[in-house]
Amino acid sequence: MNKLSKVKEFDRARLERLTELALATAKSNGATAAEVGVNDSSGLSVTVRLGEIETLEYHSDQTLSVTVYKDYRKGSASTSDFSDESVRDTVQAACSIAEFTASDECAGLAEAGLMAKDIPELDLYHPWSISAEQATDIAEACENAAREHDKRINNSEGSTVTTYGGLSVYANTHGFLSGYAGTRHSINCLVIAGQGDSMQRDYWYSNARNPDDLENVTEIGRKAAQRTVRRLNARKIETCQVPVLFSPEMARGLLGHFVGAIRGKALYRKASFLLGAKGKAVFPEFITLTQKPHLKRALGSAPFDSDCVATREWDIVKEGVLQNYILDCYSARKLEMQTTGNAGGVYNLLVNAGDQDQQSLLKQMDRGLLVTEMMGHGVNTVTGDYSRGAVGFWVEGGEIQYPVEEITVAGNLKNMFAGIVAVGNDVDTRGNIRSGSMLVDNMTVAGN
Amino acid sequence: MTDNSLEIAEQTILTPAELTDSKLDTVLSELMGQSIDFGELYFQVSQYEYWVLEDGIVKEGGCNLGQGVGVRALSGEKTGFAYSDEIKLNALLTASRSAKAIARHGQQGRVQAWQRHNTPMLYSAVNPLKSLSDREKIRLLEAADAEARRQDSRVKQVFVNLAGAHRVVLVMATDGTFATDVRPLVCMNITVIVEENGRREQGGHGGGGRYAYEYFSDNGLVETYAQEAVRQALVNLEAVDAPAGTMPVVLGRGWPGVLLHEAVGHGLEGDFNRKGTSAFAGRIGEKVATEQCTVVDDGTLPDRRGSLSIDDEGTQTQNTVLIENGILKGYMQDKLNARLMGVNPTGNGRRESYAHLPMPRMTNTYMLPGEYSPEDIITSVEKGLYAVNFGGGQVDTTSGKFVFSASEAYLIENGKVTQPVKGATLIGNGPEVLTKVSMVGNDLELDSGVGTCGKEGQSIPVGVGQPTLKVDELTVGGTSA
Repeated sequence: MNKLSKVKEFDRARLERLTELALATAKSNGATAAEVGVNDSSGLSVTVRLGEIETLEYHSDQTLSVTVYKDYRKGSASTSDFSDESVRDTVQAACSIAEFTASDECAGLAEAGLMAKDIPELDLYHPWSISAEQATDIAEACENAAREHDKRINNSEGSTVTTYGGLSVYANTHGFLSGYAGTRHSINCLVIAGQGDSMQRDYWYSNARNPDDLENVTEIGRKAAQRTVRRLNARKIETCQVPVLFSPEMARGLLGHFVGAIRGKALYRKASFLLGAKGKAVFPEFITLTQKPHLKRALGSAPFDSDCVATREWDIVKEGVLQNYILDCYSARKLEMQTTGNAGGVYNLLVNAGDQDQQSLLKQMDRGLLVTEMMGHGVNTVTGDYSRGAVGFWVEGGEIQYPVEEITVAGNLKNMFAGIVAVGNDVDTRGNIRSGSMLVDNMTVAGN
Repeated sequence: MTDNSLEIAEQTILTPAELTDSKLDTVLSELMGQSIDFGELYFQVSQYEYWVLEDGIVKEGGCNLGQGVGVRALSGEKTGFAYSDEIKLNALLTASRSAKAIARHGQQGRVQAWQRHNTPMLYSAVNPLKSLSDREKIRLLEAADAEARRQDSRVKQVFVNLAGAHRVVLVMATDGTFATDVRPLVCMNITVIVEENGRREQGGHGGGGRYAYEYFSDNGLVETYAQEAVRQALVNLEAVDAPAGTMPVVLGRGWPGVLLHEAVGHGLEGDFNRKGTSAFAGRIGEKVATEQCTVVDDGTLPDRRGSLSIDDEGTQTQNTVLIENGILKGYMQDKLNARLMGVNPTGNGRRESYAHLPMPRMTNTYMLPGEYSPEDIITSVEKGLYAVNFGGGQVDTTSGKFVFSASEAYLIENGKVTQPVKGATLIGNGPEVLTKVSMVGNDLELDSGVGTCGKEGQSIPVGVGQPTLKVDELTVGGTSA
C-alpha cells in the first residue's frame, strides 16, 4: 500500500483570490452587495472489518458559494469548479436569479458595523499526519479490542478511522475578508452479538479537532462491545407512564429540538411551539444553557457566524428563563430585533451540569426507563408533540433490570422541558451541544 | 438536441475533456495494476436549482453546477476509492493510483474491451432547468401559494419549494461496462400552517418525478398539492391525543408504503445480508409474510422518482421480487455484493454522487394489490388506528426494529373511522410485521414522488407504494395510555 501522507497544504492566497474574483464579477453584473464562501478540504477514511481492510477512501472537496443582492432581491449559486471561467459563470447565475426573485426589504448582508473585527485564534487546526497503513492499524486494533472483549461478539460492521481537514475563506462587499482552517478526526466501532431473531448491534466513537484528544482505541472498542452485549435479550414492556432518564447522547437531541424551536426562522414563520417564549420560564430554575463559541479546540467553535458577524458567549437560558432567540441578520430584521450572531446555528451549547452521576440519577428515578437510543423523526416543532421509537433499560429500585426495545416514548416538548428533574455530570463532549444525562419526570411509554 | 443518452453523455463529459478511447484505456489499465478484480470510472455532470416561496413572495433561488469523477478499485472484499472535481486525464490517473492502493500485491488484472451500450431510456432526456423560463417557474410557486390561501381563511403561512435537477452520467468499468444515462428530476413541496383559537397545526404535500417542470402545470398538480396540504392541516386542528399501546392498524394506500421501505426493504439490501448483519440474513425461501403479501423493488417504472434506466454501476434496472406470496425470494444487489454472494446484480447499485461509493439501495418498493376493498378492511376493525399520511421512518437492520411516524391518523371504532388523532410514531419488528398483515386491499397506489432515502450518509430519491392494508398488531406511540 502506498505511504501517502494526507496532510495537505491549503493555498489560502488562492482561495482569497477566488473570493475577490467572485465579488468583482458580482459588482460588474449589477449586484449591490454580495458574499462568498470558499472551502477546500481533504481527508482519508479507512474501515477494517473482521480484521481485514474493507474500504480505503480518499476525500477531496472544494466548493465556492456566492449570494448576491440586487437591492433587496437575492440569488445564490455554488460550484466545485474553481477555474476563473466557472467562478464567473457561477456568479452570473446567481445574479441572473436575483433578477427574478421578489424584493424583500429584510434581505441583505448584515450591517457593516456588525462585521467581526478581532478574529480569535481558536486552535481548531491539528492535522493528523497518518498514512493509510497507520490508519488501518488503528482501526484493526479498535475492532480487535471489541471482538476480544466478549465471546458473544460474533460479527461486525467494522471500525473506521477518519481524518479530515479544510480551510474556509469568507468575504463580502463590506470589505470583510477572513478565514480559518479546521480539522476533524474520528474513530468509531460497531459490533454485533447474538444470532437470527435476537441479534443486536451497538457502537461507540470518539471525535476531536486534535488526534491527541481522541479516546484510547482499545477503550472505544471495549465500549462498543459492552454496549452491544448489554442489549441482548431485550424485551418489550407494558404501556405505562413513568419517568424517563435520557442518556447524554439522547439528551443532546432534546436540546437540539429546543434550539430548533427558538431559531429565528421558526419564529418569524410562526412554526414553533415556543412562539413568544422570550423572557419566560421554559426550563426549571436550576437550568442554564450557555453558548461558548470560542472554546479552544472544540468541535462547534467558530470566530464568526455565516453572516460574518462575531460570535459571542451568552446565556440562551438563564435559571430556566429564555433570554433571547437564536437569530441571524435576516430573521432579526423580520422580528425587528438584533442578530445574536447565530447565522448557521449555535456554536457550542453547554448545559450547566449537576453533581450527580448516571448511577445516582437512576437511584433518584427509582422506577422508570433509561433511554440509550432513539429512532425516527416523530417531533413536531409547530406543536411540540414528541413521539419516537426507543431502546434502553427498565429500571426498578434504582437499578437496571433488563434491556428493552420496540417501544416508543411520547409527550410534549414544552412539558418535557419544564419537567426536567435533574441533569447529570456525565457530559458528552462529542458534539456541538453538550449535555449530561437528563431525567424527565413523566412520559408515556407505549409497548404491549 | 439529441435524445440519445450515449451521445449526450459523450458530448457533455468526454469531448470537453478530450478523453479519447485510448486515454480512457490508459486510465483503466493504470487502475488494474496489482491484484485488482474490478476497476470503475463514474463520471457525472449535473445542474441543480431551487426556488423558495415564503410570505407570498419567491425570496430565494439558487443553483449548483457540479461535476466530477469517482474512481473505484475492488480487490476481493476490499474497496479503494478516490474522486476528483476535475474531469481531466491527470486527475483521473492520480485518483486511480490512490484507489488501487487498496491491493498490496499480486498480478496484473485484465481490462475487458468495453462496448457502448444504448440502454432504453425510462424517461425523457430533457433538462428541467431549461424547460420553463425563470419567470414561469416563479409563477408555479405563486400559484401554489394563492391556491393554498384560497382554500381557507385559517391558512396563515404557506411555504413552497420547487427544485429541479439534471444529471448526465457515464460509467465505464474493466468488466466491459460502458453505459450512460441522462436523468431529469423535479420536485415541488407545499407546507401550510393553519391557526384557529390560538392553536397552530401544519400540513404538507408535494410530488414530482423524472419530468420537466411542465409536469406540475399540465396536470393541475400545483392546485392538488396545495389543496391536500391545507386539508391535512385542518384535520390536525381537530386531532386529539393519539392512543398508546399495541392495536390493529390500517395503513392507507400510497405513501404509507414507507412501512415496506423500513420494515423489509433495508433488511433485504445485499450488503447487510452478505455480511450477515441483517435480521433477514440466510432466510431466502422462508415465510416472512402472510400469503397475501408480494413485495417488489421495481426500478423500471417510467418517469418515477425512484426509477433509473441504469443504476450507478451501469447495470440495467429490473423488477426484483423480494417477497412472493409471503415467501422471501431475493435480495437487492450491487456488483460487489452480488459477486461475493455468487448471484447476479439486480440494478440496485446506487450512489449519491461521484464523491460517494455505490451500495445496494432501493428504487421503487411496493406491495402488489390484494382482494379486499378498503371499506371492508376498515369495517373489520373494532378498535384501532387508521393512518393515512406519514413523515419519515428508520430501521435498525440488525435487530429488525423499525419506526415510521404518522402525520395524519384517525381512530377506528366499531368498524368506522371516527376522531382524528395527533401524529404518533409506530414501531414494529421487520421480520414479523408482514406475518401480521391479515388483509391486503385492491387499491394499489404509488406515492406522489417525494421520497428521499438516507443510508450511511448518502441521500438518494426513491419511491414507495402499497394498497390499503391491515396489520393485526402494531405498537402505536401516542400519549393517551
